[in-house]
Amino acid sequence: MSANILLNVNNIEVIYNHVILVLKGVSFVVPEGGIVALLGGNGAGKTTTLRAVSNLLAGERGEVTKGSIELAGERIEAMTPADLVKRGVIQVMEGRHCFAHLTIEENLLTGAYTRRDGKAAIAETLEKVYSYFPRLKTRRQTQAAYTSGGEQQMCAIGRALMANPRMVLLDEPSMGLAPQIVEEVFAIVKELNEKEGVTFLLAEQNTNMALRYADFGYILENGRIVLEGTAQELANNEDVKEFYLGLSSQGRKSFRDVKHYRRRKRWLA
Amino acid sequence: MAFFIETLIGGLMAGMLYSLVALGFVLIFKASGVFNFAQGALVLFAALAMARFAEWLPAWFGIESLALANVLAFLITIAIMFVAALLIERLVLRYLVNQEGATLLMATLGIAYFLEGFGQTVFGSDIYKIDVGMPKDPVLILENVFEGGILINKEDFIAAVIAATLVTLLTLFFQKTATGRALRAVADDHQAAQSIGIPLNRIWVIVWCVAGVVALVAGIIWGSKLGVQFSLATVALRALPVVILGGLTSVPGAIIGGLIIGVGEKLSEVYLGPSIGGGIEIWFAYVLALVFLLFRPQGLFGEKIIDRV
Repeated sequence: MSANILLNVNNIEVIYNHVILVLKGVSFVVPEGGIVALLGGNGAGKTTTLRAVSNLLAGERGEVTKGSIELAGERIEAMTPADLVKRGVIQVMEGRHCFAHLTIEENLLTGAYTRRDGKAAIAETLEKVYSYFPRLKTRRQTQAAYTSGGEQQMCAIGRALMANPRMVLLDEPSMGLAPQIVEEVFAIVKELNEKEGVTFLLAEQNTNMALRYADFGYILENGRIVLEGTAQELANNEDVKEFYLGLSSQGRKSFRDVKHYRRRKRWLA
Repeated sequence: MAFFIETLIGGLMAGMLYSLVALGFVLIFKASGVFNFAQGALVLFAALAMARFAEWLPAWFGIESLALANVLAFLITIAIMFVAALLIERLVLRYLVNQEGATLLMATLGIAYFLEGFGQTVFGSDIYKIDVGMPKDPVLILENVFEGGILINKEDFIAAVIAATLVTLLTLFFQKTATGRALRAVADDHQAAQSIGIPLNRIWVIVWCVAGVVALVAGIIWGSKLGVQFSLATVALRALPVVILGGLTSVPGAIIGGLIIGVGEKLSEVYLGPSIGGGIEIWFAYVLALVFLLFRPQGLFGEKIIDRV
């Protein structure tokens, strides 16, 4: 982790509806040009963390009550999502959220709403997005609601890319997709990261897939970060293997034999 | 035959006025998913402002020319509608992001009552007239086709042309401009629109401004035909079946729905009225809307409710 730190989340606490404490002091950093994965089960706080960064919390009646979030040294907790998009941070929401009645191409073009660098530049980005997602080009005139789940996920990612982001917050890109499509989507993410230098912060339940493509990972549980390390370290960690990858030293293991109290003892002590 | 055509034309003209009000509904619904009950109040408010300023300006500044007074009053009213849009967003909608549809609907009801009351407090509650110098004299056309010809109103024709122009401009705006696209995007998915940096607040101000202008045009046309009075606010209720018929999300739907209902009302009153008793005009639109709700809830041209299976 020697590269420039792009995003620095420092000990944030998030409360929904003034009473529900969801994040209890989460800290992590995302280096410029990296792919960082936030891992964890349902309700661990992955989505909330991403929303805290992109500031989409307000719409869900959530707020960051403690801690700080810095983007390249600038505090960003009080900004609107539109401000953040202008600074190059954009979120691809869980469940894709394409504009159902707009065509794929219109969906992509809305992603360029905040750009002020002229039509030619936007058209260029559009071509670039099509070159990464050739499937989208073939369906450009189709209403988004009539495309497949994989195409919608690609559309959502492509739409974010239209804003020329420095950093994309990608929430659960594998949700509801066939393994083959998941593989395709992740491969494109990796390619975008390498060729375009886009930084990714990825929230994912599919630990196996995420650790194969990410550089660094954090494991969230109950609104706390319980484990962190390079993707390699995490993939080799015995607990991660047992609880998230379904493997143990004896190979595959029956869920009957898993001792759930073990991780409680170890991580919450 | 001539009588039939006259009734038809009368119906089309009435329908066009419904369309204009319905258009305001559709615009706001498309862009914010809010069913705007305040559209009727907006029409009343705009018409009141227009009527009163056209009257006050000559008195205050001694403007002689009717046209000049009207143009100034028009511009002032547009400015007032823009300020109203801004205030509605600042004071009401801003706090209701991502709330239930019912909450937003109640909020627009509140806005409606406020505008009605406030408008009458400021501008008075008498009946005013708007005189934009539209020719009132009826003309006879097609005299060589039918005996006696067909009697139509020049004013109605001008109004129809204005309405058509307005609709064309709006359609182009929605389909071809980046802002229009953003408006449609917000209509589809608030959160996703926010996530890609479309500022909801600004979009709402824009759409209420546009609805305000549409309300003003509707108000002027109604007002110059029938005078400006409180009952203008209730035209919103007449426009309700129109949007159900045409589809809540379709600009052309609002127009065609309005025309169908206008014509339907007049024809049924004239031809069915005598056999089943009068007063059909009053309930015809609602019955038609009910039938549509049963068989085609998205309306004639509404966006299909697309379900993934």
